[in-house]
Amino acid sequence: MATATCSSILRATPWPSQILSSSPSLRKGNTRSSYRPIMMEFHLRPLPFEMDALEPYMSKQTLEFHWGKHHRTYVDNLNKQIKGTELEGMQLDELLKHGYNNGNPTAYFNNAGQAWNHDFFWESIKPGGGKKPTGEVLHLIERDFGSFEAFVDEFKQAAATQFGSGWAWLVGMPTDPLVENKFGKLAIEKTPNALNPLIVGHVPLLTIDVWEHAYYLDYQNRRPDYISTVINELISWEVVTARLERAKATINFYDVVVPDDQYKYK
Amino acid sequence: MSKQTLEFHWGKHHRAYVDNLNKQIKGTELEGLQLGDLVKHAYNNGNPTAYFNNAGQAWNHDFFWESLKPGGGKKPTGEVLHLIERDFGSFEAFADEFKQAAATQFGSGWAWLVGIPAGSHGEDKFGKLAIEKTKDAVNPLVLGHYPLLTIDVWEHAYYLDYQNRRPDYISTFIDELISWEAVTARLEQAKATINFYDVKMSSI
Repeated sequence: MATATCSSILRATPWPSQILSSSPSLRKGNTRSSYRPIMMEFHLRPLPFEMDALEPYMSKQTLEFHWGKHHRTYVDNLNKQIKGTELEGMQLDELLKHGYNNGNPTAYFNNAGQAWNHDFFWESIKPGGGKKPTGEVLHLIERDFGSFEAFVDEFKQAAATQFGSGWAWLVGMPTDPLVENKFGKLAIEKTPNALNPLIVGHVPLLTIDVWEHAYYLDYQNRRPDYISTVINELISWEVVTARLERAKATINFYDVVVPDDQYKYK
Repeated sequence: MSKQTLEFHWGKHHRAYVDNLNKQIKGTELEGLQLGDLVKHAYNNGNPTAYFNNAGQAWNHDFFWESLKPGGGKKPTGEVLHLIERDFGSFEAFADEFKQAAATQFGSGWAWLVGIPAGSHGEDKFGKLAIEKTKDAVNPLVLGHYPLLTIDVWEHAYYLDYQNRRPDYISTFIDELISWEAVTARLEQAKATINFYDVKMSSI
């Protein structure tokens, strides 16, 4: 469970016993007096930087609306939608996968997806960011894209061509070891509206929000300028590195050697 | 809707759709198609071609600019009002449903007042007005419906003037900007293909 990347604050509160007696729905199957029902709501996590810290690349005014209005509204509306239902208590990433409902999304999917995506986006940027990654992240980027410049070009392309609203992502994904001689690799994906790579079982490592509200006050129609600036000045490669470490729990990124005489497809 | 918004919305976004569409169709057999036909052709029954987005957006924006005017809004009169009252119950009910559609189009898209042809045979039948919402570049032409009015709810349409307050933008559009004259003229044209009134089919 990717709780480390789900950074909404959960409030698990022990409730006094009078709540137990007035909320029969919370006492399913266990009426021991030591049972404490958990009621949770998502909170809008504070930005990991001051609102003017990303200037001049992303203005304080943009963040006041983007975080303070748009993101806040997704969280508030999600809470209203799940309150009192059996969905209360689910982690945000589980909630959005559940809400995706295999391509027939439920009413709360958009809010859950957008709440998760924005948490992930704020963590992906920082003041004094950008430049180049180092270490294993750089090694894997060079291995899977050819060069850092090739990665940047492909990422810019994906972000610029996501038509309408959406996101572009760097992800870790499993691969067929018999095809690619490794169990996992880095890749770039783009998704519309509230979708994200968790839906297809990929591990997000980095994202850029390309909904117009993310850049319109600062860049208006000039989405490519916004994308270049985020890449050059704002990406937090430290966070990407930490996410890569966690991704290794579920993806093996390295070479596997499978001799022909030891494995055959049926 | 500020001059600054129009400088970007018309001068940059709309212009780019037109320029890019021209690049895509230049020298192909698509050159010479009317824009409405190009949109339907490009939609390709739900498997849109590369030029669909540009064609759709070029058409949609032309239609949107014609749907607005200074000193617009208020209420329609005559036949438009009659059909709205007939098919929505009241003008207020229409406005509510239109606002709802425009506000709930998640992500980028458009909300529309359309004329829909009747669908069944052998009964009293007539076409009617309806409200639809579409995403991104899609428009009701691809469904065989007849657009009468639209509002652009891509964020670029309202972000400089209203930021996140899309409902305020929608209300202002309805109250102050809709050109009911344009809607009336379009209704007249729609009658060429849609009969909005009761028809009795005699048994054949």
